Amino acid sequence: MGVPIQIRVNDTLRKHEVEPRLLLVHYLREVCGLTGTHVGCETSICGACTVLVDGKAVKSCTMFAVQADGCAVTTIEGLAVDGSLHPVQQGFWERHGLQCGFCTPGMIMSAVQLLDDRPQPSREEIAHGLRGNLCRCTGYSHIIEAVAHAANQPRARR
Amino acid sequence: MSTITAETTGYVGRAMKRVEDPRLIKGIATYVDDLRLPGMLHAVFVRSPHAHARIARIDGAAARAMAGVVGVFSGADVNAHCGTVPCAAAIPDLKAPAHTVLAGDRAYFVGHPVAVVVASTAYAAADAADAVDVDYEPLPVVADPEKAIEAGSPLTHPALGTNVAYTWNIGGGDIDAAFAQADRVIRQRIVHQRLTPMPIEPRGCVASFHPGDGTLTLWTSTQIPHLLRTLLPGMIGVAENKLRIVAPEVGGGFGAKLNVYAEEALCCHLAMRLGAPVKWIERRRENAAATIHGRDQIGDYEVAVKHDGTILGLRIRTIADLGSYLQLLTPAVPTLTGLVVTGCYKIPAVRMDVVGVYTHKMCTDAYRGAGRPEATYLIERLMDLVAGELGLDPIELRRRHFPRPDEFPFKTSPGLVYDSGNYDGALGKAMELARWDELVGRRDARRREGGLSGIGVSTYVEICAMGPSKAMPAGGWEWGCVRIEISGKVTVITGATPHGQGQETSFAQIVADRLGVPIEDIVVLRGDTAVAHYGRDTYGSRGTAVGGSAIVMCIDRIVEKAARLAAHLLETTPDRVEFRGGTFGLTGGTGKRLGWGDLAGEAYIAKNLPAGFEPGLDASAFFEPQNFTFPFGTHICAVDVDRDTGAVQIVKYVAVDDCGNQINPLLVEGQVQGGIAHSIGQALFERTVYDENGQLLTGEFMDYALPRAEDIPDYVLGSTCTPTTVNPLGAKGVGEAGTIGATPAIANAVIDALRPLGVRHLDLPLVPEKVWRAINRSRSTD
Repeated sequence: MGVPIQIRVNDTLRKHEVEPRLLLVHYLREVCGLTGTHVGCETSICGACTVLVDGKAVKSCTMFAVQADGCAVTTIEGLAVDGSLHPVQQGFWERHGLQCGFCTPGMIMSAVQLLDDRPQPSREEIAHGLRGNLCRCTGYSHIIEAVAHAANQPRARR
Repeated sequence: MSTITAETTGYVGRAMKRVEDPRLIKGIATYVDDLRLPGMLHAVFVRSPHAHARIARIDGAAARAMAGVVGVFSGADVNAHCGTVPCAAAIPDLKAPAHTVLAGDRAYFVGHPVAVVVASTAYAAADAADAVDVDYEPLPVVADPEKAIEAGSPLTHPALGTNVAYTWNIGGGDIDAAFAQADRVIRQRIVHQRLTPMPIEPRGCVASFHPGDGTLTLWTSTQIPHLLRTLLPGMIGVAENKLRIVAPEVGGGFGAKLNVYAEEALCCHLAMRLGAPVKWIERRRENAAATIHGRDQIGDYEVAVKHDGTILGLRIRTIADLGSYLQLLTPAVPTLTGLVVTGCYKIPAVRMDVVGVYTHKMCTDAYRGAGRPEATYLIERLMDLVAGELGLDPIELRRRHFPRPDEFPFKTSPGLVYDSGNYDGALGKAMELARWDELVGRRDARRREGGLSGIGVSTYVEICAMGPSKAMPAGGWEWGCVRIEISGKVTVITGATPHGQGQETSFAQIVADRLGVPIEDIVVLRGDTAVAHYGRDTYGSRGTAVGGSAIVMCIDRIVEKAARLAAHLLETTPDRVEFRGGTFGLTGGTGKRLGWGDLAGEAYIAKNLPAGFEPGLDASAFFEPQNFTFPFGTHICAVDVDRDTGAVQIVKYVAVDDCGNQINPLLVEGQVQGGIAHSIGQALFERTVYDENGQLLTGEFMDYALPRAEDIPDYVLGSTCTPTTVNPLGAKGVGEAGTIGATPAIANAVIDALRPLGVRHLDLPLVPEKVWRAINRSRSTD
């Protein structure tokens, strides 16, 4: 009773048969072995499971894998290219934008889309753009600085 | 001895980015849920939907028949094989129910585990858990701790015959005389609402038994692998020396993971019973319902004052809602409140009476700050109430009661000795950073225009770096080990268990400076009892102050040993050897110098050692603190309140914290900011709500309002530095400071904003509805 799906995950085309009820986050974690995407609530509130589906930040805990059939999915593992950190990853490192690190992959993926939409956001725009991601450690200030740091990087890749 | 003049290489005190970050930002770190073992089974718990019910029957037949299901177990199947969940608090005459790992014939709170299903996949286990048929017969519920102590109340545990778990008191000075001499007594009832810690990673564990040697490994999302290794043997029958606990990457704790939980013991038991590794990952609803809650104290507070504002005494009666069971430190939390209830003030007499009460709710226990936020909130609210009633300046009132810097060590009326402090220094710096006069001018101008604006101040002290073993339930020391490898690389092992605090970096900074080696050559290991043989783990802002001090002891021993070896190799005596810049040479000489690689090579190859010299170059140490530390500071908050909606906006937030010497100011800043965010939550949004039937209404992030990025103001942060004298680092600890210092500053600011309307006090959280009602109550004619 598996449903065949094809998803391009981090630039690799993957073909699997999956249960229709399999959540995208469990597909990524259990089928693809990409455990960088975390599950914090299963109700799309905390955002720890955020990935990019066709370039848009999506909470993968409330999307079925079959709904991503034919899509391109980018997870945190696919963000660094050739070992070179994405500017948002670098920003989180430089500005101490993480403590326990559990919300971090989702937070970073949301920030990537935020900067895609608005390359030079104000502090308020960053905070607004991250309203779908919860962090219990940092108090967000360093996260906001991290995103601002990334916004100031000249890299075209962003 | 040699002249030890280790030059610092300038790591300590530097705002360095963390060495642990690359694996975390790349998504390649390993949390418990990321572990996969061959043949691993998945456990899902069946939990009571009732706050109090007789369990008439548990029928697992349908579940057992489902594909992939390996077993369904109830309390009748496992409780005889597992010890009860332990409580380590030493409270005299404590009445405690037997806390079995699964419910017996009754369930005592919503979320109480009544059965566990094990299956080959997590989905199969969840399906089967839904198919377990439990017959509950609901019983009378007591959810309100004040009603719980009334005659005729339903009993949480009928077998105990009372809902009162214990009464406890602390006192100092002559409280009766204080109230007899008072010109006035100012009274306030204050409710410290129940909170849910909500780390973003829920709990979880994987247990794996190795029948060949009878050893068991438990990977668990915990702050306390070492305490678990001490306490789990009594529950699962595996001896301490056959038990390995690993806290891999841990996604936040905040006290919620400072505990021994039934699920951990059960997974160990099931792994042995089923002969396969068993994994359990908590879901968010379970986390909200069945991981410890915090706070939940209701108190009547009385302050005896003279007309001039001199505070003579403080009398407190507190009802602490313990929930339905005792977890590790449940009854101890209110006692911590009592220890520091006089805050940073000279208050000559104090008396606090605590009644610990059982209710049909999840247990409370140590949530970030654990007892001290309650103490700080109440004393700081009371200072404002006293100032308000007597028409005094709240700043001046506080100042008048500060001990002076030259009065330290300062003995408080509850009996603590505060190590060091300069409270006025922190207050003055905070007022300067806040541009106090401008801030007051802005508030007053807005008030003249009809706006609601307020300023709140909190001058706090906290008790940290826990602590002297004589005052701790199970030892308060910390263990560490430093090993110079044969290559000259350095391995540091700590018994502290950082889970976001960044000690892989800050400990490396300490070691790099003291050994004179590049920080890249240092690795810090933690969180595995097979690697860190002993430890007391991370809680109570103790990691750096106590754990870091053990590392300093190791380094001192290694340097001393290395100097003896260097003297031998340099054909001199140890007293003529100096240690400088990471190398050993003749004091004042320009000749040959030996580095760590040279000495380690000799020490391990061991062909040319001094007579009687023990090979190897490592040291381990237990650091025993002689006292707690007492970090302090001042937080200032300015708010605007919207008259029409009751919404509170923080317009300025200034914090000056003094945690003694800072190893890494960037990490200190992160701890302070994170702590303040918890306070913003407590002050403005967060409250764990049970209805009168004991139903949990805040069982999701949907209903429990964590602060979001938009709720956070742009902080102005500063620090002062008053090193502690009780450890060699001079560090006091900072993990809880923000959570302790900030809540009252925010609350006082909101109440100050409403003061022109005649509002004297509101309990937290100051959600718009509550504030709006207060505004409109004052407008109405009745």
